[in-house]
Amino acid sequence: MSAVTEAAPLAAPGNPVGRSVRDSLIVAKRNLIRMCRIPEMVIFGLIQPIMFVVLFTYVFGGSIQVGGSSSTQAYREFLMAGIFAQTVTFATAGAGAGIADDMHKGLIDRFRSLPMARGAVLTGRTLADLVQTALTLLVLAVVALLVGWRTHENLGKVLAGFGLLLLLGYAFSWIGALIGLSVRTPEAATSGGLIWLFPLTFISNAFVDANKMPPFLRHIAEWNPFSATVQACRELFGNFPPGYRTPDAWPMQHSVWVSLIWSILITVAFRTLAVRKYRSATA
Amino acid sequence: MPGAIYAEGLVKTFGDVRALDGVDLDVPEGTVLGLLGPNGAGKTTAVRCLTTLLRPDSGRAVVAGVDVLKDPDAVRRSIGLSGQFAAVDEYLTGRENLQMVGQLYQMRAKAARQRAVELLEQFHLTDAADRPAKTYSGGMRRRLDLAAALVVSPPVMFMDEPTTGLDPRNRQQLWGVIKQLVSGGTTLLLTTQYLEEADHLAHDIAVVDHGRVIAKGTSDQLKARTGGERVEVVVHEREHIGTAAEVLRGFGKGDTTVEEHTRKLTVPVTGGAKLLAEVIRELDSRGIEMDDIGLRRPTLDDVFLSLTGHVAEAEEAAGNDRSGKAGKGSKGSKGKETVK
Repeated sequence: MSAVTEAAPLAAPGNPVGRSVRDSLIVAKRNLIRMCRIPEMVIFGLIQPIMFVVLFTYVFGGSIQVGGSSSTQAYREFLMAGIFAQTVTFATAGAGAGIADDMHKGLIDRFRSLPMARGAVLTGRTLADLVQTALTLLVLAVVALLVGWRTHENLGKVLAGFGLLLLLGYAFSWIGALIGLSVRTPEAATSGGLIWLFPLTFISNAFVDANKMPPFLRHIAEWNPFSATVQACRELFGNFPPGYRTPDAWPMQHSVWVSLIWSILITVAFRTLAVRKYRSATA
Repeated sequence: MPGAIYAEGLVKTFGDVRALDGVDLDVPEGTVLGLLGPNGAGKTTAVRCLTTLLRPDSGRAVVAGVDVLKDPDAVRRSIGLSGQFAAVDEYLTGRENLQMVGQLYQMRAKAARQRAVELLEQFHLTDAADRPAKTYSGGMRRRLDLAAALVVSPPVMFMDEPTTGLDPRNRQQLWGVIKQLVSGGTTLLLTTQYLEEADHLAHDIAVVDHGRVIAKGTSDQLKARTGGERVEVVVHEREHIGTAAEVLRGFGKGDTTVEEHTRKLTVPVTGGAKLLAEVIRELDSRGIEMDDIGLRRPTLDDVFLSLTGHVAEAEEAAGNDRSGKAGKGSKGSKGKETVK
């Protein structure tokens, strides 16, 4: 083997924020390259929500009543915000499994031995997941349009709705990051990232009109943080069915702000916990 | 002045297991220390403490002149780590892996690109540079992992069982790279459970068992502690064993041991090659045909046995180096081929 040459000396580290952003983008790029090389992961991530769109539209659509309307079209429009919101929360499992896999393979050790910003490995991962979530939403929106979903507000509001969805997805990928650092195998991270999402997303206003639930469940659904985003999107998309009455519960009355605040709170809390966990992570 | 790697009283416990129980190390600049010990001895934990991956419960460590606990980030700028699991991203190409690591060492993108090209060349990976690392053979992955650790030519290197699981050819090749690296002045701490590897690569050896350094010294010093040289003869004919034993008794400084079924006789001696020549002449003059004869010095296996009272065998039950995570016990039991 030929002589091992010397590398150029290192530049002194720049300012910490710049370094953190730069390192995060480097790691995000790495995760995006991976995503392109494992397209089946993106594709499987799309199948489930598309299946939900089709199943709920055609199988349940005829028998679920929302607001004062029993029209299938009303339910279709009502439903999509729920499926969009549920889909973005699945970013949890992706982030969790990815980070658990990196731990398992010793890559986290490699990263932790490098003079890089501490949070960058996790931020890079969640940023890449955000890109994936955006792609998934795009495909899902096209499918939704094909089965008859329409928005009834101006473009700005519709985009704001998607913005809230992306923010929710980003917040949940930080929950996934913490799960990924806390379990021993990628498989455990996947199931650990999914199981609790089902009750969370079903005991909500995502698929049915919470007004029609028994009082006990109705209260849970109305205060469920997840419901706030669904409600906010319906409002921004103009997807309330005819005769729908916004519940009196406070988070439902101020859903856009509540959704925004929840996403920020979850991001800050779980980012703090995950970065702390990362610093002491052992494979 | 403390060496490039210095540790004093390192202690690390995982639950009830004292993985490190007061480890002291001092590796002078430009030398290689082999940390030798069975699975679960604490080698990996020691490396993890010295490379800032793990915070010791107590003790002090200085690497490349920087206190590991006080300024871990400065330590990270001066070290390279190559682990027992080839830690490269298998979906990235070799080139992408090296570029990423370079950039995360805070090199500029262009410099990192250039450095990746150099390293791929040096590690014979140019042809595979643009293939995802998952298509690489085990040996290629190790080389890529090592290249990643060398991106910034760190003055201090840590290699945790660099050749575990490699076939002999790849091991030889990697040894070549390591020797070359060290000849360039890099300080290296290398853990291994292959006694032969420590003997081959390290200037100094620290034998670790149950979280403690139980012996230190050069390979020769450690061997001298176990006893001197001996002559080993394998005779061709079984009936010659008796005569040969008689001859050896005349030259020996102790009891002659005889293994009937292998026709092997061993006797401790002093006098080296000159004495060996005399033994050969005497055996020859008595018409004894020999299959093999030689002057044997104690191996590190002998050293390990005499120091620990047990062979350098995997001690899975004692828990693993990696805080209870299973995974390497099965593949690294080469240490078993020890003394009779």
